[in-house]
Amino acid sequence: MTSVISVPPSLDEQTFEHVVEQLAPLAPDEKVLFDARHARWASPFGLTALLAAAQSRAERPSFAAPENADTASYWARTGFFRHAAELFELHGTIPRGRDGHESDVLLEITPVTQTDDVHAVVGRIQQKAADILHGQLKLETAATMGFGMTLSEACQNIVEHAGCGGWVAVQTYSFRKRLGRRVVVIAVCDAGIGFRRSLESSPSHRHDDRWNDARALESAVVHAVSRFRHGDAGRGQGLAGIKRFTTRWDGKLSVRSGTARIAMIPSWDEDEPMREGLAPFPGAQVQIMIPERLPGDPKPSAAAGARGRIR
Amino acid sequence: MMQHIDVSTVLQGAVCALYSNLVTRPTGAAVRSAIEALLETRHPPIVTTIDFSGVNLLDFSCADEIVAKLLLRQTESPTVPDRFVTFRGMRDDHLDALEAVLERRALALVWEVEGRPELLGPVSDDEARHWDVVRARGPVWADMVAAELGLTLDSSVRTLDSLWRRRLVMRTDAGFTVPRATAPSPGRPS
Repeated sequence: MTSVISVPPSLDEQTFEHVVEQLAPLAPDEKVLFDARHARWASPFGLTALLAAAQSRAERPSFAAPENADTASYWARTGFFRHAAELFELHGTIPRGRDGHESDVLLEITPVTQTDDVHAVVGRIQQKAADILHGQLKLETAATMGFGMTLSEACQNIVEHAGCGGWVAVQTYSFRKRLGRRVVVIAVCDAGIGFRRSLESSPSHRHDDRWNDARALESAVVHAVSRFRHGDAGRGQGLAGIKRFTTRWDGKLSVRSGTARIAMIPSWDEDEPMREGLAPFPGAQVQIMIPERLPGDPKPSAAAGARGRIR
Repeated sequence: MMQHIDVSTVLQGAVCALYSNLVTRPTGAAVRSAIEALLETRHPPIVTTIDFSGVNLLDFSCADEIVAKLLLRQTESPTVPDRFVTFRGMRDDHLDALEAVLERRALALVWEVEGRPELLGPVSDDEARHWDVVRARGPVWADMVAAELGLTLDSSVRTLDSLWRRRLVMRTDAGFTVPRATAPSPGRPS
Protein backbone atom coordinates (compact mmCIF):
# COMPACT_ATOMS: atom_id res chain seq x y z
CA MET A 1 0.00 0.00 0.00
CA THR A 2 1.22 3.49 -0.83
CA SER A 3 0.84 6.25 1.76
CA VAL A 4 0.05 9.66 0.31
CA ILE A 5 1.91 12.63 1.75
CA SER A 6 0.06 15.82 0.95
CA VAL A 7 2.40 18.69 0.05
CA PRO A 8 0.90 22.00 1.24
CA PRO A 9 -0.13 24.55 -1.42
CA SER A 10 2.46 26.96 -0.02
CA LEU A 11 5.55 25.02 1.01
CA ASP A 12 8.01 26.79 3.25
CA GLU A 13 9.94 26.22 6.45
CA GLN A 14 6.78 26.35 8.59
CA THR A 15 4.46 24.30 6.40
CA PHE A 16 7.10 21.66 5.75
CA GLU A 17 6.26 20.50 9.28
CA HIS A 18 2.99 19.15 7.85
CA VAL A 19 5.03 16.98 5.50
CA VAL A 20 7.23 15.76 8.37
CA GLU A 21 4.19 15.00 10.56
CA GLN A 22 2.74 12.80 7.81
CA LEU A 23 6.07 11.04 7.21
CA ALA A 24 7.05 10.42 10.83
CA PRO A 25 4.68 7.51 11.60
CA LEU A 26 5.68 5.62 8.45
CA ALA A 27 8.38 2.98 8.31
CA PRO A 28 11.36 4.07 6.17
CA ASP A 29 10.73 1.31 3.66
CA GLU A 30 7.03 2.05 3.28
CA LYS A 31 6.02 3.16 -0.19
CA VAL A 32 5.18 6.86 -0.20
CA LEU A 33 3.70 9.27 -2.74
CA PHE A 34 4.42 12.97 -2.24
CA ASP A 35 1.37 14.64 -3.71
CA ALA A 36 2.33 18.17 -4.81
CA ARG A 37 -0.42 18.49 -7.44
CA HIS A 38 -2.03 21.38 -5.59
CA ALA A 39 1.18 23.14 -4.67
CA ARG A 40 1.34 26.75 -5.91
CA TRP A 41 4.51 28.04 -4.31
CA ALA A 42 7.61 26.75 -2.56
CA SER A 43 10.50 28.49 -0.87
CA PRO A 44 14.07 27.27 -1.42
CA PHE A 45 13.77 25.63 2.00
CA GLY A 46 10.64 23.79 0.90
CA LEU A 47 12.22 22.47 -2.28
CA THR A 48 15.53 21.40 -0.76
CA ALA A 49 13.72 19.86 2.22
CA LEU A 50 11.54 17.83 -0.17
CA LEU A 51 14.72 16.38 -1.68
CA ALA A 52 15.99 15.59 1.82
CA ALA A 53 12.67 13.91 2.58
CA ALA A 54 13.18 11.63 -0.42
CA GLN A 55 16.78 11.03 0.67
CA SER A 56 15.48 9.83 4.05
CA ARG A 57 13.37 7.05 2.54
CA ALA A 58 14.67 3.51 2.12
CA GLU A 59 12.10 2.85 -0.60
CA ARG A 60 12.21 5.18 -3.62
CA PRO A 61 9.15 7.44 -3.20
CA SER A 62 6.81 8.72 -5.90
CA PHE A 63 6.17 12.37 -6.58
CA ALA A 64 3.16 13.95 -8.24
CA ALA A 65 4.25 17.25 -9.78
CA PRO A 66 2.27 20.50 -9.40
CA GLU A 67 -0.60 20.72 -11.84
CA ASN A 68 -0.33 24.47 -12.13
CA ALA A 69 1.85 25.10 -15.16
CA ASP A 70 3.49 28.24 -13.78
CA THR A 71 4.36 26.49 -10.52
CA ALA A 72 5.78 23.46 -12.27
CA SER A 73 7.71 25.66 -14.67
CA TYR A 74 9.18 27.66 -11.79
CA TRP A 75 10.18 24.53 -9.87
CA ALA A 76 11.85 23.30 -13.02
CA ARG A 77 13.82 26.51 -13.37
CA THR A 78 15.08 26.16 -9.81
CA GLY A 79 16.55 22.78 -10.82
CA PHE A 80 14.18 20.88 -8.54
CA PHE A 81 12.99 18.27 -11.02
CA ARG A 82 16.50 17.49 -12.26
CA HIS A 83 17.52 16.36 -8.76
CA ALA A 84 14.08 14.96 -7.93
CA ALA A 85 14.34 12.63 -10.93
CA GLU A 86 17.23 10.86 -9.20
CA LEU A 87 15.31 10.39 -5.95
CA PHE A 88 11.62 10.05 -6.85
CA GLU A 89 9.53 8.30 -9.43
CA LEU A 90 8.09 11.40 -11.03
CA HIS A 91 4.47 11.59 -12.18
CA GLY A 92 2.59 14.32 -13.99
CA THR A 93 3.82 16.90 -16.45
CA ILE A 94 7.45 17.78 -15.83
CA PRO A 95 8.52 20.91 -17.70
CA ARG A 96 12.04 21.29 -18.94
CA GLY A 97 13.99 23.79 -16.88
CA ARG A 98 16.51 26.21 -18.25
CA ASP A 99 19.29 26.38 -15.72
CA GLY A 100 20.07 29.61 -13.95
CA HIS A 101 17.91 31.91 -16.06
CA GLU A 102 15.49 32.89 -13.34
CA SER A 103 16.33 36.41 -12.22
CA ASP A 104 15.43 35.80 -8.57
CA VAL A 105 17.17 32.42 -8.34
CA LEU A 106 20.67 33.31 -7.20
CA LEU A 107 21.65 29.71 -6.98
CA GLU A 108 19.52 26.94 -8.37
CA ILE A 109 19.23 23.83 -6.23
CA THR A 110 22.74 22.42 -6.10
CA PRO A 111 23.95 19.18 -4.53
CA VAL A 112 26.71 19.46 -1.94
CA THR A 113 28.70 16.36 -1.09
CA GLN A 114 32.34 17.39 -1.02
CA THR A 115 34.70 20.33 -0.57
CA ASP A 116 34.90 21.06 -4.30
CA ASP A 117 31.14 21.59 -4.34
CA VAL A 118 31.52 24.38 -1.77
CA HIS A 119 34.13 26.11 -3.95
CA ALA A 120 31.84 25.76 -6.96
CA VAL A 121 28.81 27.16 -5.10
CA VAL A 122 30.70 30.15 -3.73
CA GLY A 123 32.39 30.84 -7.06
CA ARG A 124 29.16 30.65 -9.05
CA ILE A 125 27.15 32.93 -6.86
CA GLN A 126 29.49 35.84 -6.28
CA GLN A 127 28.76 38.22 -9.15
CA LYS A 128 25.04 37.61 -9.08
CA ALA A 129 25.01 37.98 -5.29
CA ALA A 130 26.73 41.35 -5.56
CA ASP A 131 24.19 42.54 -8.14
CA ILE A 132 21.17 41.39 -6.16
CA LEU A 133 22.27 42.13 -2.59
CA HIS A 134 23.52 45.61 -3.42
CA GLY A 135 21.35 46.42 -6.42
CA GLN A 136 17.98 45.00 -5.38
CA LEU A 137 18.13 44.58 -1.61
CA LYS A 138 20.14 47.76 -1.03
CA LEU A 139 22.60 46.03 1.30
CA GLU A 140 26.02 47.60 1.63
CA THR A 141 28.68 46.09 -0.61
CA ALA A 142 30.33 44.60 2.51
CA ALA A 143 27.35 42.25 2.75
CA THR A 144 28.32 40.44 -0.43
CA MET A 145 31.48 38.89 0.99
CA GLY A 146 29.79 38.10 4.29
CA PHE A 147 27.05 36.43 2.32
CA GLY A 148 29.61 34.27 0.51
CA MET A 149 31.25 33.32 3.82
CA THR A 150 27.87 32.42 5.28
CA LEU A 151 26.99 30.30 2.26
CA SER A 152 30.36 28.57 2.44
CA GLU A 153 30.06 27.73 6.12
CA ALA A 154 26.47 26.53 5.77
CA CYS A 155 27.46 24.18 2.95
CA GLN A 156 30.50 22.92 4.87
CA ASN A 157 28.17 21.72 7.62
CA ILE A 158 26.92 19.13 5.16
CA VAL A 159 30.40 18.06 4.06
CA GLU A 160 31.77 17.81 7.59
CA HIS A 161 28.81 16.63 9.62
CA ALA A 162 25.95 15.15 7.61
CA GLY A 163 27.56 11.88 6.63
CA CYS A 164 25.80 12.13 3.28
CA GLY A 165 25.15 14.75 0.63
CA GLY A 166 22.61 17.55 0.80
CA TRP A 167 21.34 20.48 -1.23
CA VAL A 168 21.66 24.23 -1.19
CA ALA A 169 19.55 26.87 -2.92
CA VAL A 170 19.57 30.65 -2.80
CA GLN A 171 16.70 32.81 -3.94
CA THR A 172 15.16 36.21 -3.46
CA TYR A 173 11.45 36.75 -3.09
CA SER A 174 8.97 39.17 -1.64
CA PHE A 175 8.22 38.21 1.97
CA ARG A 176 4.95 40.05 2.30
CA LYS A 177 3.43 37.84 5.01
CA ARG A 178 5.56 39.15 7.85
CA LEU A 179 7.83 41.78 6.49
CA GLY A 180 6.49 43.42 3.36
CA ARG A 181 9.98 43.46 1.88
CA ARG A 182 12.11 41.42 -0.43
CA VAL A 183 14.41 38.92 1.20
CA VAL A 184 17.29 36.76 0.11
CA VAL A 185 17.14 33.23 1.47
CA ILE A 186 19.77 30.53 1.74
CA ALA A 187 18.41 27.04 2.37
CA VAL A 188 20.71 24.11 3.11
CA CYS A 189 19.07 20.75 3.79
CA ASP A 190 20.24 17.19 4.26
CA ALA A 191 18.89 13.97 5.74
CA GLY A 192 22.16 12.94 7.38
CA ILE A 193 22.99 12.20 10.99
CA GLY A 194 21.87 15.56 12.39
CA PHE A 195 23.35 17.71 15.15
CA ARG A 196 22.69 15.38 18.08
CA ARG A 197 24.42 12.36 16.61
CA SER A 198 27.24 14.50 15.22
CA LEU A 199 27.98 15.92 18.68
CA GLU A 200 27.60 12.52 20.32
CA SER A 201 30.47 11.25 18.16
CA SER A 202 32.90 13.61 19.90
CA PRO A 203 35.20 11.95 22.48
CA SER A 204 34.48 14.82 24.85
CA HIS A 205 30.71 14.40 24.67
CA ARG A 206 29.05 13.80 28.05
CA HIS A 207 25.55 12.42 27.97
CA ASP A 208 23.05 13.42 30.65
CA ASP A 209 19.30 13.07 31.17
CA ARG A 210 18.57 16.39 29.49
CA TRP A 211 20.52 15.58 26.33
CA ASN A 212 18.31 15.63 23.25
CA ASP A 213 18.01 17.33 19.85
CA ALA A 214 17.16 20.69 21.41
CA ARG A 215 20.23 20.66 23.68
CA ALA A 216 22.36 19.61 20.73
CA LEU A 217 21.10 22.57 18.70
CA GLU A 218 21.71 24.90 21.65
CA SER A 219 25.25 23.58 22.00
CA ALA A 220 26.06 24.03 18.32
CA VAL A 221 24.19 27.23 17.46
CA VAL A 222 24.37 29.16 20.75
CA HIS A 223 27.60 27.85 22.26
CA ALA A 224 29.50 27.02 19.02
CA VAL A 225 30.27 23.48 20.14
CA SER A 226 31.47 21.14 17.40
CA ARG A 227 32.29 17.47 17.45
CA PHE A 228 35.78 18.50 16.33
CA ARG A 229 36.30 20.88 19.27
CA HIS A 230 37.97 18.01 21.13
CA GLY A 231 41.63 18.73 20.36
CA ASP A 232 40.91 21.70 18.09
CA ALA A 233 39.61 24.80 19.84
CA GLY A 234 39.11 26.59 16.53
CA ARG A 235 36.21 24.40 15.49
CA GLY A 236 32.59 25.45 15.70
CA GLN A 237 33.14 28.92 14.29
CA GLY A 238 31.14 28.38 11.12
CA LEU A 239 27.72 28.58 12.73
CA ALA A 240 28.94 31.39 14.98
CA GLY A 241 29.95 33.32 11.86
CA ILE A 242 26.61 32.64 10.20
CA LYS A 243 24.84 33.92 13.32
CA ARG A 244 26.99 37.05 13.37
CA PHE A 245 26.33 37.84 9.71
CA THR A 246 22.60 37.23 10.09
CA THR A 247 22.33 39.43 13.18
CA ARG A 248 24.38 42.17 11.58
CA TRP A 249 21.98 42.45 8.67
CA ASP A 250 18.82 42.08 10.79
CA GLY A 251 18.20 38.64 9.36
CA LYS A 252 16.79 35.40 10.68
CA LEU A 253 18.56 32.09 11.15
CA SER A 254 16.74 28.87 11.87
CA VAL A 255 18.09 25.36 12.19
CA ARG A 256 15.95 22.23 12.43
CA SER A 257 17.40 18.87 13.39
CA GLY A 258 15.71 15.74 14.67
CA THR A 259 12.78 16.79 16.83
CA ALA A 260 13.84 20.39 17.54
CA ARG A 261 14.22 23.72 15.81
CA ILE A 262 16.16 26.73 17.02
CA ALA A 263 15.84 30.24 15.61
CA MET A 264 17.64 33.56 15.99
CA ILE A 265 14.74 35.92 15.60
CA PRO A 266 14.91 39.55 14.45
CA SER A 267 12.45 42.17 15.69
CA TRP A 268 10.31 41.89 12.55
CA ASP A 269 9.45 38.24 13.16
CA GLU A 270 7.41 36.46 15.83
CA ASP A 271 8.79 32.96 15.59
CA GLU A 272 9.64 30.82 18.61
CA PRO A 273 13.33 30.71 19.62
CA MET A 274 13.16 26.98 20.35
CA ARG A 275 10.60 24.36 19.40
CA GLU A 276 10.91 20.91 20.90
CA GLY A 277 8.94 17.73 20.45
CA LEU A 278 8.50 18.17 16.71
CA ALA A 279 7.87 15.15 14.52
CA PRO A 280 11.27 13.54 13.92
CA PHE A 281 13.10 14.24 10.67
CA PRO A 282 16.69 13.18 10.02
CA GLY A 283 19.62 15.46 9.23
CA ALA A 284 19.80 19.23 9.46
CA GLN A 285 17.79 21.89 7.70
CA VAL A 286 19.10 25.43 7.80
CA GLN A 287 17.48 28.64 6.58
CA ILE A 288 19.10 32.06 6.54
CA MET A 289 16.91 35.01 5.58
CA ILE A 290 18.28 38.51 5.03
CA PRO A 291 15.78 41.33 4.39
CA GLU A 292 15.98 44.25 1.99
CA ARG A 293 17.16 47.48 3.55
CA LEU A 294 15.05 50.60 3.20
CA PRO A 295 15.98 54.26 3.64
CA GLY A 296 15.81 55.12 7.33
CA ASP A 297 16.71 51.63 8.54
CA PRO A 298 19.26 51.72 11.39
CA LYS A 299 22.84 51.10 10.32
CA PRO A 300 23.94 47.48 10.48
CA SER A 301 25.64 46.50 13.71
CA ALA A 302 29.43 46.53 13.60
CA ALA A 303 31.36 43.43 12.70
CA ALA A 304 32.44 41.34 15.64
CA GLY A 305 35.58 42.52 17.32
CA ALA A 306 35.83 45.68 15.23
CA ARG A 307 36.84 47.56 18.36
CA GLY A 308 40.31 46.02 18.27
CA ARG A 309 40.91 46.29 14.54
CA ILE A 310 43.07 49.40 14.48
CA ARG A 311 43.75 50.74 17.87
CA MET B 1 66.32 38.29 5.58
CA MET B 2 62.69 38.69 4.54
CA GLN B 3 60.24 36.71 2.51
CA HIS B 4 56.95 37.64 0.87
CA ILE B 5 54.28 34.97 0.32
CA ASP B 6 51.30 35.71 -1.90
CA VAL B 7 48.45 33.57 -0.52
CA SER B 8 46.45 33.58 -3.77
CA THR B 9 49.47 32.19 -5.64
CA VAL B 10 49.89 29.52 -2.98
CA LEU B 11 46.17 28.67 -3.22
CA GLN B 12 46.31 28.23 -6.96
CA GLY B 13 49.53 26.26 -6.79
CA ALA B 14 48.71 24.03 -3.85
CA VAL B 15 45.00 23.42 -4.32
CA CYS B 16 43.50 24.42 -7.67
CA ALA B 17 44.55 26.91 -10.35
CA LEU B 18 40.92 27.94 -10.80
CA TYR B 19 40.23 28.89 -7.18
CA SER B 20 40.32 32.47 -5.96
CA ASN B 21 38.32 31.98 -2.76
CA LEU B 22 39.82 30.74 0.46
CA VAL B 23 36.95 28.58 1.65
CA THR B 24 36.68 25.20 3.45
CA ARG B 25 39.00 23.60 5.99
CA PRO B 26 40.73 21.18 3.61
CA THR B 27 41.63 24.12 1.36
CA GLY B 28 42.94 26.09 4.31
CA ALA B 29 44.95 23.13 5.56
CA ALA B 30 46.53 22.63 2.10
CA VAL B 31 47.43 26.32 1.83
CA ARG B 32 48.89 26.31 5.35
CA SER B 33 51.00 23.25 4.57
CA ALA B 34 52.36 24.96 1.46
CA ILE B 35 53.16 28.12 3.43
CA GLU B 36 54.86 26.08 6.16
CA ALA B 37 56.98 24.39 3.51
CA LEU B 38 58.08 27.81 2.31
CA LEU B 39 58.87 28.81 5.90
CA GLU B 40 60.97 25.71 6.47
CA THR B 41 63.61 26.47 3.90
CA ARG B 42 67.23 25.78 4.72
CA HIS B 43 67.87 29.43 5.57
CA PRO B 44 64.56 30.57 6.99
CA PRO B 45 63.84 34.28 6.81
CA ILE B 46 63.48 36.23 10.02
CA VAL B 47 60.32 37.99 8.86
CA THR B 48 57.84 36.48 6.42
CA THR B 49 54.92 38.52 5.16
CA ILE B 50 51.75 36.67 4.23
CA ASP B 51 49.94 38.73 1.60
CA PHE B 52 46.14 38.40 1.25
CA SER B 53 45.71 41.12 -1.38
CA GLY B 54 44.96 38.61 -4.16
CA VAL B 55 42.41 36.69 -2.09
CA ASN B 56 38.79 37.20 -2.96
CA LEU B 57 36.76 35.59 -0.18
CA LEU B 58 38.07 34.24 3.13
CA ASP B 59 35.74 32.20 5.31
CA PHE B 60 36.07 31.38 9.02
CA SER B 61 37.29 27.86 8.39
CA CYS B 62 40.14 28.98 6.15
CA ALA B 63 41.01 31.89 8.43
CA ASP B 64 41.35 29.42 11.29
CA GLU B 65 43.27 26.80 9.30
CA ILE B 66 45.72 29.25 7.74
CA VAL B 67 46.24 32.23 10.02
CA ALA B 68 45.34 30.92 13.47
CA LYS B 69 47.20 27.62 13.07
CA LEU B 70 50.28 29.31 11.58
CA LEU B 71 50.36 31.67 14.55
CA LEU B 72 49.76 28.83 17.00
CA ARG B 73 52.73 26.94 15.63
CA GLN B 74 54.89 30.07 15.90
CA THR B 75 53.88 30.84 19.46
CA GLU B 76 53.86 27.27 20.77
CA SER B 77 57.15 26.19 19.21
CA PRO B 78 59.50 29.18 18.98
CA THR B 79 62.33 28.59 16.55
CA VAL B 80 66.02 29.36 16.76
CA PRO B 81 66.81 31.79 15.31
CA ASP B 82 63.62 33.73 15.92
CA ARG B 83 61.16 33.85 13.07
CA PHE B 84 58.16 36.13 12.69
CA VAL B 85 55.14 36.29 10.43
CA THR B 86 53.38 39.51 9.49
CA PHE B 87 50.34 40.06 7.30
CA ARG B 88 49.19 42.53 4.66
CA GLY B 89 46.51 43.03 2.03
CA MET B 90 43.56 42.15 4.25
CA ARG B 91 40.23 43.84 3.47
CA ASP B 92 37.40 44.53 5.91
CA ASP B 93 35.57 41.35 5.00
CA HIS B 94 38.74 39.30 5.56
CA LEU B 95 39.06 40.95 8.95
CA ASP B 96 35.58 39.81 9.99
CA ALA B 97 36.75 36.21 9.72
CA LEU B 98 40.24 36.85 11.06
CA GLU B 99 39.13 38.76 14.15
CA ALA B 100 36.71 36.00 15.04
CA VAL B 101 39.32 33.25 14.88
CA LEU B 102 41.96 35.30 16.69
CA GLU B 103 39.50 36.10 19.46
CA ARG B 104 38.52 32.44 19.75
CA ARG B 105 42.13 31.33 20.15
CA ALA B 106 43.39 34.39 22.07
CA LEU B 107 45.95 35.13 19.35
CA ALA B 108 47.10 38.42 17.89
CA LEU B 109 49.08 39.36 14.81
CA VAL B 110 50.96 42.24 13.25
CA TRP B 111 49.59 43.49 9.95
CA GLU B 112 50.34 46.38 7.69
CA VAL B 113 47.76 49.13 7.25
CA GLU B 114 48.75 51.81 4.73
CA GLY B 115 52.42 51.07 5.27
CA ARG B 116 52.22 51.12 9.07
CA PRO B 117 52.28 48.07 11.35
CA GLU B 118 49.16 47.55 13.46
CA LEU B 119 47.95 44.92 15.89
CA LEU B 120 44.93 42.74 15.18
CA GLY B 121 43.38 40.47 17.77
CA PRO B 122 43.03 40.51 21.55
CA VAL B 123 45.84 42.14 23.52
CA SER B 124 45.76 43.53 27.05
CA ASP B 125 45.89 47.29 27.59
CA ASP B 126 49.35 46.87 29.03
CA GLU B 127 50.55 44.93 25.98
CA ALA B 128 49.03 47.50 23.66
CA ARG B 129 50.77 50.44 25.41
CA HIS B 130 54.14 48.67 25.33
CA TRP B 131 53.68 47.67 21.69
CA ASP B 132 52.86 51.28 20.74
CA VAL B 133 56.09 52.48 22.33
CA VAL B 134 58.13 49.78 20.58
CA ARG B 135 56.55 50.70 17.26
CA ALA B 136 57.27 54.40 17.78
CA ARG B 137 60.76 54.13 19.26
CA GLY B 138 62.08 50.72 18.26
CA PRO B 139 64.60 49.30 18.40
CA VAL B 140 64.31 50.17 22.06
CA TRP B 141 65.37 48.55 25.36
CA ALA B 142 63.00 47.65 28.16
CA ASP B 143 64.28 50.36 30.51
CA MET B 144 63.42 53.08 27.98
CA VAL B 145 59.94 51.63 27.46
CA ALA B 146 59.41 51.46 31.22
CA ALA B 147 60.55 55.06 31.63
CA GLU B 148 58.26 56.29 28.86
CA LEU B 149 55.25 54.51 30.38
CA GLY B 150 56.15 55.36 33.99
CA LEU B 151 56.38 51.69 34.97
CA THR B 152 58.93 49.59 36.84
CA LEU B 153 61.59 47.85 34.75
CA ASP B 154 60.41 44.43 35.97
CA SER B 155 56.87 45.11 34.84
CA SER B 156 57.95 46.24 31.37
CA VAL B 157 60.34 43.31 30.98
CA ARG B 158 57.47 40.94 31.74
CA THR B 159 55.13 42.60 29.26
CA LEU B 160 57.74 42.80 26.49
CA ASP B 161 58.57 39.17 27.08
CA SER B 162 54.89 38.32 26.71
CA LEU B 163 54.75 40.30 23.45
CA TRP B 164 57.84 38.47 22.20
CA ARG B 165 56.34 35.07 23.10
CA ARG B 166 53.20 36.06 21.17
CA ARG B 167 55.51 36.96 18.22
CA LEU B 168 54.32 40.58 18.25
CA VAL B 169 57.76 42.14 18.89
CA MET B 170 61.25 41.00 17.90
CA ARG B 171 64.34 40.93 20.09
CA THR B 172 67.34 42.29 18.21
CA ASP B 173 70.88 43.25 19.18
CA ALA B 174 69.70 46.86 19.36
CA GLY B 175 66.59 46.19 21.48
CA PHE B 176 62.92 45.41 20.88
CA THR B 177 61.36 46.24 17.54
CA VAL B 178 58.13 45.52 15.69
CA PRO B 179 58.31 43.03 12.81
CA ARG B 180 57.51 44.89 9.63
CA ALA B 181 55.80 43.66 6.51
CA THR B 182 57.73 43.30 3.30
CA ALA B 183 56.21 44.54 0.07
CA PRO B 184 56.01 42.17 -2.88
CA SER B 185 58.70 42.57 -5.47
CA PRO B 186 59.73 40.62 -8.56
CA GLY B 187 62.12 37.81 -7.84
CA ARG B 188 61.04 37.23 -4.26
CA PRO B 189 59.64 33.78 -3.54
CA SER B 190 55.86 33.61 -3.58
